[in-house]
Amino acid sequence: MLRYALKRFLSLVLSLAVASLIIFFVIEIAPGDPATFMLGINAQEDTVAALREELGLNGTKLSRYLSWVSGMLTGDFGTSYTYRTPVAQMVADRLKVSLPLAIFGLLLSVLIGIPAGIYAATRRGKGGDIAVMGATQLGVAVPNFWFAMMLVLLFAIKLRWFGAGGFPGWDKGFWVCLHALTLPAICLALPQAAILARVMRSSLLDVLGEDFMRTARAKGLTHLQAVWRHGVRNAFIPVLTIIGLQIAFLLAGAIIIEQVFYLPGLGRLIFQSINARDLIVVESVVMLLVFSVIVVNFLVDLAYAAVDPRLRSRE
Amino acid sequence: MNRNMILGGGLSALMISGALLSLVWTPYDVALLDIPNKLQTPDAQNLLGTDHFGRDILSMIMAGARTSLGVALLAVAIGLAFGIPLGLLAAARKGSWLDELIMRGNDVVFAFPLLAMAILITAVFGPSALNAIIAFGIFNIPVFARTVRGGALSLWEREFIMAARVAGKSSIRISFEHILPNIVNLLIVQGTIQFALGIQVEAALSFVGLGVQPPVPSLGRMLADAQTLVILAPHLAIFPGLAIILIVLGLNLFGDGLRDWLDPRLRMARS
Amino acid sequence: MSLLSIKNLTLSIHGIPILRDVELAIAPGEIVAVTGESGSGKSMTALAVMQLLPQGAEIAGQIHLSDEDILAAGEDRMCALRGNDVGMVFQEPMTALNPVKTIGDQVAETILLHGAMDRAAAMDRAREVLARVGLPENRFPLTRYPHELSGGQRQRVVIAMAIALRPKLLIADEPTTALDVTTQAQILELLTGLVREFGMGMLMITHDLAVVAEMADRITVMRHGEVVEQGSTGDLLTNMQHPYTKMLFQASGHKVVLPAPPPPAPLLDVANVVREYRLPRTRLFSRPEYFRAVNHVSLVINRGERVGLVGESGCGKSTLTRAILGLEDVQGGHIRLDGEPVFSGQSPNLSVRRKMQVVFQDPFGSFNPRHKVERLITESFHLLDNPPRGAARQDAVAEALTAVGLSPDDAQKYVHEFSGGQRQRIAIARALIIRPELILFDEAVSALDVSVRAQVLDLLADLCRAYSLTYLFISHDLSVVRTVTDRVIVMQSGEVVEEGVTEQVFANPKHPYTRKLIAAAPVLPELGVVG
Repeated sequence: MLRYALKRFLSLVLSLAVASLIIFFVIEIAPGDPATFMLGINAQEDTVAALREELGLNGTKLSRYLSWVSGMLTGDFGTSYTYRTPVAQMVADRLKVSLPLAIFGLLLSVLIGIPAGIYAATRRGKGGDIAVMGATQLGVAVPNFWFAMMLVLLFAIKLRWFGAGGFPGWDKGFWVCLHALTLPAICLALPQAAILARVMRSSLLDVLGEDFMRTARAKGLTHLQAVWRHGVRNAFIPVLTIIGLQIAFLLAGAIIIEQVFYLPGLGRLIFQSINARDLIVVESVVMLLVFSVIVVNFLVDLAYAAVDPRLRSRE
Repeated sequence: MNRNMILGGGLSALMISGALLSLVWTPYDVALLDIPNKLQTPDAQNLLGTDHFGRDILSMIMAGARTSLGVALLAVAIGLAFGIPLGLLAAARKGSWLDELIMRGNDVVFAFPLLAMAILITAVFGPSALNAIIAFGIFNIPVFARTVRGGALSLWEREFIMAARVAGKSSIRISFEHILPNIVNLLIVQGTIQFALGIQVEAALSFVGLGVQPPVPSLGRMLADAQTLVILAPHLAIFPGLAIILIVLGLNLFGDGLRDWLDPRLRMARS
Repeated sequence: MSLLSIKNLTLSIHGIPILRDVELAIAPGEIVAVTGESGSGKSMTALAVMQLLPQGAEIAGQIHLSDEDILAAGEDRMCALRGNDVGMVFQEPMTALNPVKTIGDQVAETILLHGAMDRAAAMDRAREVLARVGLPENRFPLTRYPHELSGGQRQRVVIAMAIALRPKLLIADEPTTALDVTTQAQILELLTGLVREFGMGMLMITHDLAVVAEMADRITVMRHGEVVEQGSTGDLLTNMQHPYTKMLFQASGHKVVLPAPPPPAPLLDVANVVREYRLPRTRLFSRPEYFRAVNHVSLVINRGERVGLVGESGCGKSTLTRAILGLEDVQGGHIRLDGEPVFSGQSPNLSVRRKMQVVFQDPFGSFNPRHKVERLITESFHLLDNPPRGAARQDAVAEALTAVGLSPDDAQKYVHEFSGGQRQRIAIARALIIRPELILFDEAVSALDVSVRAQVLDLLADLCRAYSLTYLFISHDLSVVRTVTDRVIVMQSGEVVEEGVTEQVFANPKHPYTRKLIAAAPVLPELGVVG
């Protein structure tokens, strides 16, 4: 087990290293010099040089890569070109909105998707199954930001149950904030719940065809008892993979949904930074997204071992 | 043929032919601004109303869908062009350092959320439709490489591949002569799914300004334009959104039906 | 009063008739074997008793367990009967257990489900039962997972689950088909012992007539969903009535006559071959460890000689086969065919390849389903410097197909249009068409029904006379190897333990393992019927 965890961890470190290299060098080939951009075309050459020095833009590519990485390891993401404030601080502020939104969305999608998938599998071919599958087809096809616009029209403009957007800030109280994040989280969860339901259903149907399900029936378990005691846990293994993959979609989805609800999250920060060519912020946010995907996949790998004893003893 | 295939195939054929029709004919010229006639609700003149420049929404949807479909198609083509050879090679050299390298590389690319990839590319090259194509194309490479490798690996275990090896054929030749034709089904199904996803990706990226740029019409651009006006003129958002849903729904249903239809296990159960 | 009585049982699934008027009775303490070839409906009969039939099944007739009408019992009642009054053992022990639950939990589940026992008592009972089936706790703790056990051990766990509550009836559906012959002998002994000890009735489904003859009290022979003959074992074996029963028993013990081999002249030379696989490392930075699948094996095959290679799963015979075919490199020694090495790196050496062909086990998996027979059997023309073209090619295809008993017209068909036995004939045609010096038969008749197998063995003997074939016949089936080979090689754990003239080895085995193997293999009794 420990060996397995250690091996996964090494592969995590390797992936992070390669990903950071890619991000750094892609940003490197971006045209234009941040210092010139910040000071304008007509700036004095020595002022530009001084700023370049201050921003750490001198030195070889390798040394700058290393200082970027070592900075990130100590929580120093550099200084924003446009705001002149530490990137880490800016990102942390925005994460206070984006991260809860993504987690809220994930919870909703798991709570809706898994039971729906199990229900559909046990009712295979019957009315309930067809209804759930039809709903998931629709759920997968609806763009979540468009759905968000429709929800705003209905619940915020027509019914006035929710605000049309904006975020009060956590200091205004937990429930107020949760209320503000509810519509965005629903939009975020909708397509993911649909995907989870489909994967859960097909995985459970595969397991139901396994020999050991017949063995379970031969013991005297009823169909439903066999599904719950022997089917669901085995079927959960591929579902875990999908939940892991969804984290990436949820974070990205959160960034887009924030635009519809005017939430002050990572999305706002990153689009402002792109327009302002504040590449150091872009670089950090992209690295953060990649980091979270890789870490979540590592956790999913560990979760596999918890579910599946075959993985625990191998390697 | 099954119900999903007919329903989905019909739906996507209808939407795609509408988009293709825009090459030769649209009810109104989408480049023509008609400000006095702006934000009209649907009526006999403009079946789906007009936008804030007085352009006909139906014409815009036809032309916009063409752009969206084009973006998705090119991105799938990029994924296939790189994913197939990589997947075949990895499977043919299973367990070797080359296989390891290809699969690790896939994992790293896979760790980039699509949006992060689009952000990176846009940050460097500036926003354009091409970026959306490249970002989604790169995203598709590991998807297809994994599909191909997975399908190919199970084929390499089959005895008819052993027979071909005994017949002295090289692994490259076997990959193209025996493996590829037997995984075409998988690729068509996965391709349909990625194509449908591509429509949504174009919409999302264009919506946040990372994809298609004005004045080129696309379904995502129309939704981006509609956002600020949605309270005033909901039809600006509703109709392009419905168009996306119908295309994606059609393609996904078709893909699902196709998978069931091609699945030999299911086919055996039928006959 | 019989324990199980089946009368006029008729079954169809989705309208396709499966069983017709099946009659069967089992008394307490009696072992009844139901046998027949694939498609005879023997497994469906067992599932009908359990009421675990696939969806779309329509059933008519009577099944009584003691005096309970099974077909009238509701699903609730059946759940109470299954595991408690009727236990069942399945064919595939590798997949019959839930991979994520411990063996103790899985055995205790049966007990908890039916017994009025608390968990601790149920675990105690599970411990006892597992010990009874040969898995004592000191060597096989209850916390083991299925993947930590071998196939035979897993089958013991499945048996433990089935007999934990001492059911009145035990159904065993091909319980040893997936197992090696020595393991099979142990499992059959265990099952017989349990039946005698508990006084259970046992319904044994098997295609293996030697097994049937050895352990059944009574035999029921089925074909196409109907019972063709039944009777007590002694009566039936000495006095078969139905022609199908006679055919089945004759085909099972089918023997062929091979022409005498020419004087020895070496063709294949396997010298001191070692084949190793790297194991996953046990510690992160430890030196890699290797598993030696083939350990210093030497053997020679002479021109015109038919050699058998036998051994149980994991003995290294498949690995050796792949090495001889030149598909994988070896880590020690050399393999030469006609003086040339068989392995030549990534790019195959065509001049060696054209001298060697292979016939695989699986008649369904060994052909590309997208190609026609003509293209399939001419694939090895690729190996020739001047492959025949045009009319010469047509003639070669026609000749190969005719030689294996098919028609030249079959060249334009796809493989799915053929039966399993016909496909194996096509596989032999594919091997023959370039007239190789050596053919490897890798479990080539193992997947075939006995009657089809007998025909393919006849074909082989005919081909030996017509083309003076040289072959290596790899099989786990001792009775087949005994009749189609001149010399036999016995492998165990990667090493050759015995080799010699086939008849001598079988009649007078020298090595203890060979003796064990031959003793474990069930033998058909000499039959009183001929022709």
